[in-house]
Amino acid sequence: MMSIGKKLLRFILVILAVTAITFLMVNILPGDVSYLIGGESATTEDIQDIRRDLGLDRHIAVRYVEWLGRMLGGDLGESYLSGEPVFSAILNRLPVTIELLVISQLLALLLALPAGIFSAYRSNGFTDRLINTAGFATISIPSFVMALVAIYLFSIQLRWLPATGYTPFWEDPVANLKSFVLPALSIALIEWVVLMRVLRSDMISTLKQDYILMARAKGLPPWKILLRHALRPSSLTLVTVFGLQVGRLLGEAVIIETIFALPGIGRLLITAIYARDYLMVQGCALLITIGYVSINTAVDMVYGIIDPRIRGARSHAG
Amino acid sequence: MPGSKHSGGLGALGWCSLVWLLLVALSAATADLWAIPPFDRMDWDNLSARPGTRSSAVVLQTGADAEKRSYVYWLGTDTMGRDVVSRLIHGARISLAVGLLAPLIGFIGGGLLGCLAGYFRGRFESLVVAAMDVILAFPGLVLLLVVTFYLGPNLFNLIVTLGCLTVPAFSRVARAQTLVLRDREFVQAARLTGAGHFTILLREIIPNLLVHMTAYGLLAAAFMIMAEGAISFLGLGVPAPTPSWGGMIAEGREVLDEAPHVSMVPAGIMFLTVLAFNLIGDGLRQRKERRASQL
Repeated sequence: MMSIGKKLLRFILVILAVTAITFLMVNILPGDVSYLIGGESATTEDIQDIRRDLGLDRHIAVRYVEWLGRMLGGDLGESYLSGEPVFSAILNRLPVTIELLVISQLLALLLALPAGIFSAYRSNGFTDRLINTAGFATISIPSFVMALVAIYLFSIQLRWLPATGYTPFWEDPVANLKSFVLPALSIALIEWVVLMRVLRSDMISTLKQDYILMARAKGLPPWKILLRHALRPSSLTLVTVFGLQVGRLLGEAVIIETIFALPGIGRLLITAIYARDYLMVQGCALLITIGYVSINTAVDMVYGIIDPRIRGARSHAG
Repeated sequence: MPGSKHSGGLGALGWCSLVWLLLVALSAATADLWAIPPFDRMDWDNLSARPGTRSSAVVLQTGADAEKRSYVYWLGTDTMGRDVVSRLIHGARISLAVGLLAPLIGFIGGGLLGCLAGYFRGRFESLVVAAMDVILAFPGLVLLLVVTFYLGPNLFNLIVTLGCLTVPAFSRVARAQTLVLRDREFVQAARLTGAGHFTILLREIIPNLLVHMTAYGLLAAAFMIMAEGAISFLGLGVPAPTPSWGGMIAEGREVLDEAPHVSMVPAGIMFLTVLAFNLIGDGLRQRKERRASQL
């Protein structure tokens, strides 16, 4: 177990690394924004002027330190193309991505909990093997293929749900939820496997413990043993993996939001990448990384709440 | 788990997977010899043609005098009238190149780092573990997107970036195994006979790491093929007109309602290939675990 100080240090290191890497890469590469703004007819002098206006003619290190300083004050610069502040652009898109992640994780849990508990309870039985095989097949499907299959089935063939489009929640909650069903399902149908597997294997070893035998000897019904006695001690790895998955999901969100035309951060990042809007790319990468690292740190803390043994160890170490 | 009933071999599913992968590899290797249209030959009379459509005048890549022959589009054509079979076979080159070479970078780089860290321990180990932790703290796909975009989308950059992203995972596998191995009897025996660090690593530790690492490598290959597909799907992979499976799936999005095969055929091929890598990797891992538990 790492101490809190060490975690904080790692957190800062990661943030510095991600900003430095994206910042450096932008500046090594050809095709910078000034050519884009100047257009094809721009002369060398025009380009120089634009570069001076944008502050691109100064040393990389100076620009990086300046940017880092402003970043601490919540100022991530402005989009070169639309002039919109990067920070507010991200804030505007954030709720969409969060809603997508929450709904898809809930759906994944909804699939993984019963499947994992049941396949552990009757491990090596027919249902267990069926669930396992289904899981094996679904992890071999990339999310963008899952999304296309979902669109083909539910919106082209059955015409149940819209394929693309987004309605803000406060305008029409039902339409809003409808537009999230397919995107969230495409993610959940892939994520549930990992959750189900860790829950199953932890549950199988929990069910071998003496106190489960004791509960069984007392004559408690199986569901009570499974849900009341076995689930909580078996969910430690599940919680960790759940947290780690969020990072992967942020990546998946880029693809899923693009396919379903959801105006979230992923879509913002991709549009910015296409347009070479590099402050926007940097802002998105920064925010996604901060979110990811913070969630992982939070997951570590939740660990302590579920398992009192770790809580004790932490108070000694910290 | 599928195919694990026979404790000896790969099992029926494992063999099917192996045969499938060999077929894909063989087709990719012999792509230029097939009697099929070139992958970028457009047939304006047969846009998004259904599988099995016959065309009377198609120039095949083997016809040296460019004569037009009748040809059946067994898997149809895409939105620009290009033969799906031809594009699949040429696209297999990209997918296999990424799927095999990217994990190889992780295998060698991560394997070596993890193995040295686990063997020598001390400050070097802490340094390696800390560095890998920092890399792992990045959300992978986002980093990949940003890096491949800035470095420019081409095959080499894609393989190197994906490869570097797999280094931490491989180094963890290698380090964990080395930590177990370094205290085993046969390693101690080698040490007592006066073998140096180099000899012990090369002759005792590394050979014992290989099976475990290969099993992990196959699972990584499956993951890399999906990642390359995602990048190409977003249009940030290998640039057109070179076909890639992810790019083909993306092209079919526009005609998903009237010609679903344009997306679904490459999607199916990608699924089978990824599944095959997963099945063999998992089979190998289980075999290794069974053997370890028998010791």
